[in-house]
Amino acid sequence: MLELNNIVKIFNAGTVDETTLFNDFSFKVEKGEFVSVIGSNGSGKTTLLNLACGTMKPDDGNIIFNGKDITKLPEHKRAAYIGRVLQDPRMGTCGNLTILENMALADNKNKPFGLGAGVNKKRADHYRTLLETCGMGLENRMNVPVGNLSGGQRQAIALIIASMTDIDLLVLDEHTAALDPKSSETLMKITDKVVKEKNLTTLMVTHNLRFAIEYGTRLVMMHEGHCVMDIKGEEKQNAKVDDLLKVFNEISIESGN
Amino acid sequence: MDILMNVCRVTLEEGLMYALLAIGVYITYSILDFPDLSVDGTMPMGAIVTAVLIIHGVNPWLCLLITFALGMVCGAVTGLLHVKLNIRPLLCGIIVYTAMLSINLVVLFKGNNGITVASFFRKPTIFNSGIANIFPETWRIVIVALILVVICKLAMDFYLKTKSGLLLRATGDNERYVTMLARDPGYTKILGLAIGNGFAALSGCVIAQQKGSADQQMGVGMVVLGLASVIIGLSIFKKVRFMKPTTMVILGSILYKACLSAALALNLPTEYLKLLMAVLFTLALVFSEKLNGKKRRT
Repeated sequence: MLELNNIVKIFNAGTVDETTLFNDFSFKVEKGEFVSVIGSNGSGKTTLLNLACGTMKPDDGNIIFNGKDITKLPEHKRAAYIGRVLQDPRMGTCGNLTILENMALADNKNKPFGLGAGVNKKRADHYRTLLETCGMGLENRMNVPVGNLSGGQRQAIALIIASMTDIDLLVLDEHTAALDPKSSETLMKITDKVVKEKNLTTLMVTHNLRFAIEYGTRLVMMHEGHCVMDIKGEEKQNAKVDDLLKVFNEISIESGN
Repeated sequence: MDILMNVCRVTLEEGLMYALLAIGVYITYSILDFPDLSVDGTMPMGAIVTAVLIIHGVNPWLCLLITFALGMVCGAVTGLLHVKLNIRPLLCGIIVYTAMLSINLVVLFKGNNGITVASFFRKPTIFNSGIANIFPETWRIVIVALILVVICKLAMDFYLKTKSGLLLRATGDNERYVTMLARDPGYTKILGLAIGNGFAALSGCVIAQQKGSADQQMGVGMVVLGLASVIIGLSIFKKVRFMKPTTMVILGSILYKACLSAALALNLPTEYLKLLMAVLFTLALVFSEKLNGKKRRT
């Protein structure tokens, strides 16, 4: 369903800092998969997501989504069928708007934003049901500006919002990284629930090796623009954090880190 | 006593007329987070176009609509420069303002037989024709201006609650959120700048009709005036529950004008007026940060 074919991505081209991250990189996500991507800093995880979402354009190669070539499609057009949660909790919602207003905006995604009432009160119950899945009591605070909530709560809302309308792909960009251990644990459980309920194809980047093992159906480890590990099914179920750490250390030593 | 009354009335008149400008600046500066300098050019554009139209016999009420539309066009140009050509907000404003200096002069020369001040003292304006005649003469300007301001305020309050208005607020708050809603935030920015400059031009139109004349000089210091009104209004009335920001901004404009009137009433020579405006603006900026504990000096 998502295919990156023969991608070339060069940063700072033409300067002394020129780095080739991807050289003929290909990657595929099948429908219904929940892929966890891990890897050290600079391994290309986030660039992979940025290429898929259109935040960055590849220097060469193409990106196919549901059989269509979307390489040149701008980010906001791809957002019509890709939902995304970013690392920074402030980015997935509008702090000055209330929970209700944020959700009303998201509810109107892919529809025209005209002069009709911005918030449809009749939909509020629907929003409450969605927020109940988080178990954070957010459904009772609909008129609170999102900026007054904690990072964990904001991320939970961002996740609900990203998956609110019909999307084909959910992209999670280290969405638990800015939270404390307990909040990130809670958020990961909510994520799993939402993904399973809606049967979403998901691409998640994480630094948390345990999350990568416990959740999802496929695990990919990246290093310097290559996939050094790609396991699924039984092999993934049997994988342990120690195994991953071992591979991690091996490649780190190879590259002299 | 009569003098004091007079000062109050003139303050209210001016405060209300400039409140239209303040509403426009509120949209660009507070909602969109875009410090828009082009109002220094669009405000006198509204005034000059109005003068020329009235001299040629156009209905003064129709002038309100025409100038608003033309202001929107200018604002859209500022927006396009920023969004399509990636020019920084302050520079976009300067570009449009500079271009407007010429455009305004051309309109003046062509429409007013080459004279740089367009006067129309005996022509009908919104303050001396039609329904304006039913109000007592002394308070006529205050009442007509108040009606206009209230209509604009209510229209803006309504708009900000629509889907489009909500998206505008979201754009100023978090552009990436708008992108994730599958919308181009650039489009919303252009729309917001268009509306903001529409109000600036409208304010120019009303002020020209009250003065009975228009010239390029009117635009000097409009950015500072608008920003000061917005910042004063929002920071003083922030704690008042259920007061809409648009109302705060209107009150801010009246308060700001009151400060200036007070200084003039205390015999401050007029050449110091702009200096006083700058000082008041600085004070407003500093105190609003103290009150809100928020760092923002764009």
